Amino acid sequence: MSKIHVTTSVNGDEAEFLAEPEETLLDVLRDHLHLTGAKEGCGTGDCGACTVNLDGRVVCSCLVLAAEAQGREIKTIEGMANGEKLHPLQTKFLEHAALQCGICTPGILVAAKDLLERNADPTETEIRFWLAGNLCRCTGYDKIVRAVQDAAAEMRGA
Amino acid sequence: MLFDSEDPRKMRFEAPTSIDDAVALLAGEGGISRVLAGGTDVLVQLRSGMVEPDLVVDLKRIPGMFDIADEDGGWRIGAAVPAIQMKEHSALAAAWPGVVEAANLIGSTQVHNRATLAGNLCNGSPAADSVPAMIAADAVVRLHGPNGTRDVPVGDIPTGPGKTSLAQGEIVGSVYLPGRPGGSGDAYLRFIPRSEMDIAVVGAGVSLNMDGDTVTSARVALGAVAPTVRLVAEAAAALEGRTIDQAADDLAAAASAACSPIDDKRGTVEFRTRVAGVLAVRAARIAADRAKG
Repeated sequence: MSKIHVTTSVNGDEAEFLAEPEETLLDVLRDHLHLTGAKEGCGTGDCGACTVNLDGRVVCSCLVLAAEAQGREIKTIEGMANGEKLHPLQTKFLEHAALQCGICTPGILVAAKDLLERNADPTETEIRFWLAGNLCRCTGYDKIVRAVQDAAAEMRGA
Repeated sequence: MLFDSEDPRKMRFEAPTSIDDAVALLAGEGGISRVLAGGTDVLVQLRSGMVEPDLVVDLKRIPGMFDIADEDGGWRIGAAVPAIQMKEHSALAAAWPGVVEAANLIGSTQVHNRATLAGNLCNGSPAADSVPAMIAADAVVRLHGPNGTRDVPVGDIPTGPGKTSLAQGEIVGSVYLPGRPGGSGDAYLRFIPRSEMDIAVVGAGVSLNMDGDTVTSARVALGAVAPTVRLVAEAAAALEGRTIDQAADDLAAAASAACSPIDDKRGTVEFRTRVAGVLAVRAARIAADRAKG
């Protein structure tokens, strides 16, 4: 079979690529479109390091076939900052030292952004459950939760 | 596919725009095929090399696959509807909280955003969380196949771990949850050794119709305690005509007696058998509280 031609939208820009039928959205983002923010941790949908937003919902891009993306809208970590201006979540992650090695961070930021767009004032429990599919082996999560809470507060005040 | 000049093992991806086209593709495939809805099981199998399909048919371009439609007082849920969409559907979530919660126990936020009832059923896992809840709810799937359409109770689909009764070319197009009379309620509980993101060691789904405090009819289904999810008639009989307090001991005994689990790293035979009884009673209490409003 020949490759599949896919036209999609990535961070608001039209993107085109040729995908092998078995390639995932994560493969294409990283290897064809050179958007290497999303990471492959487990490849089985357990760790969330590959989290992107697909048509308004966060998904594990390792569990999406690239061909499924035809005509869909994808948002990745690369679209989160506005030029040089970081998103409040990004700023708060830096302030709170909510990352160490950084592998999980792009996925967590994309997932947390979606949470705050749905729920401007989530409880700690809501944050922890929402991010249960984003594993971090460095921070112990506490700083991540605090950073999300602080970003939420700032965004509510803004 | 044997004569593919590039790679004889290469997978074909198709995204048909009608159910008939999807059926024709699957019926015409001589090799291994997989139906793709949310992909949260299919992609894992694909990437691990557990299965090397010749054909993957994505259902998500077919009209209606993302619909939750009112039908005869109940709901017809398209095969691509993710768990989260059911949670966001307030009427469905109010009528069948057990089914909706069960589906939204599967995996993470990212998985709730993709995983479907139809996929959870067709994956054939004895530990599938939504299946005991659907069987307790007396849900019916609509199958589309080369010989037309048929409606089949959810409980008739799984035949063993990873195996279903679907014929070649047959697709689950939708799941139907019936309407609920007043005084009815359902619940699903599972045991896992952590609070989130795990596979059921035992699952229990209960659906009740009540007259005051008395159960008038019941359906009890257990997951992860047998090769397939099991509807336990003796457990329902223990409930019928009694209050939950009156029925509790007999319900627990009937649920435990229905178990023929395996020993594995997640639980022993003894543990699963015992916990099945405990969870059946707890789920029945929640279902009864919901039935009483």
